Amino acid sequence: MKSRRDFLKSAATGAALLGSRSRLGLAAMIQQQVSGASSRVVVARDAALGKPGAQLDEQRVLALLDRAMAAYTGREKPAEAWQKIVPKGKVIGLKINGLGGRGISTHAVLVQAISERLQQAGVPAGDIVVWDRNARDIEACGMTIATDAGRVRCYGSDVAGYEDGEEACGSARLRMSKILTRECGMVISLPILKDHEIAGLTFTMKNMYGVIDRPYLLHGGNCNPGVADLNAIPVVREKVSFTVGDALTSVYDGGPSFHPERLWYPGALIVGQDRVAVDTIALEMIERKRAEEGLPTVEAVGRPAHYIDTAADAAHRLGTNDPKRIHLMEI
Amino acid sequence: MIVLEILCSVGCKKAEIDPFPASGAVAGWQKTSDTRTFAAKDLWQYIDGDAEHYLSAGVISTSTSDYRYQDKLDAVVDVYTMGDATGAQKAFDTDPSRSARTVALGDAGIAYEQSVTFRKGPSLVRIVAYENTPDAQSALLALAHGVEAKL
Repeated sequence: MKSRRDFLKSAATGAALLGSRSRLGLAAMIQQQVSGASSRVVVARDAALGKPGAQLDEQRVLALLDRAMAAYTGREKPAEAWQKIVPKGKVIGLKINGLGGRGISTHAVLVQAISERLQQAGVPAGDIVVWDRNARDIEACGMTIATDAGRVRCYGSDVAGYEDGEEACGSARLRMSKILTRECGMVISLPILKDHEIAGLTFTMKNMYGVIDRPYLLHGGNCNPGVADLNAIPVVREKVSFTVGDALTSVYDGGPSFHPERLWYPGALIVGQDRVAVDTIALEMIERKRAEEGLPTVEAVGRPAHYIDTAADAAHRLGTNDPKRIHLMEI
Repeated sequence: MIVLEILCSVGCKKAEIDPFPASGAVAGWQKTSDTRTFAAKDLWQYIDGDAEHYLSAGVISTSTSDYRYQDKLDAVVDVYTMGDATGAQKAFDTDPSRSARTVALGDAGIAYEQSVTFRKGPSLVRIVAYENTPDAQSALLALAHGVEAKL
């Protein structure tokens, strides 16, 4: 079996090919490359964005988003790319992650770039909701609360509230945010790439801990099977169907809180529909960085991200963690 | 007897410590937010995911406040109050500090360019700056000494 390291190496080679052939037409090339059932994940990088301390350039982030979406959808025009992803006539939620506080939260500039492209794709501003647990988390991302109809709205579950009824999630019973259950027809997950003290990794599946009222109930067993069980709840499985992961900045150790001494600047976005595949790639990125820094794997330090395997198992069927079935495009 | 018990319960009550220096108490530093305090059971609301690290060390409460230095550096001060000094030591020792330098603060302290952590008795203090400026570390250390003096 191909090792994960070999897999990443060959993926990088594929990315080089992709770059050299970009003028041939992405749609045709992707169609050609993706034969058979596989989950596509795009990792788009801009070295200029991967610099410590620098203010993120809005235009570069927008351009990086456009490249990622073009590679993912095969549509070079941003509006057309987004039209392939978002349904018509639905409220689109952007679930950001400000848990780590200012410094290691989803970047506002990325949220703004996605909001802009969604509107160009025909989503009315009033049908876009940027949300997280509460006002503090939203402000940590550099966003401000906005509830006016007709504009892009931005507020937390502390305002919208949680459902009275509880959902069974393994042995826990949890209440879901009304923003997810009632407001949004589709949710795009915008996690930020981080090491996690308990789970090993926090990225797109773990981002869903921000849609429930008592996330600490799912921390047992290194968040396994909590993360997988939560993502398998129908309203999460069905509505949260796309990820634009923020790997512009990351923390490779000591997460999920802000540890400036362990920050890292991949300058990347990770895009995909298969949440398990996206997290598989995200974990590989964290592990590569940890290895570069001379740190042991997250499993070796007692926080294995086994919830990814659980999410892929026959009981959950949330996606694939099999490198042979992940079509990674690094651009 | 009852009177004595009442007197003792009032007189023996430990005064609540406010470890957060007021604006201007440390040169250049302004306190820019109200202090928020989280009981152990609510710590997840502040640092979900990291809370276990402090809970396993016996945290009783956590207080936090924002600061700004000369309009160019923002920082957050977190004060974790443990059940005893052993808890503070446990939380301090389990935090990786590979490239930190040791600083003379409280019972033990370390500093990076953008953060200072120290423990004093049952308290563990972590101060983190969001920007990296040439004088960030010295400014953080000054603020840390201000907190230490109030513990």
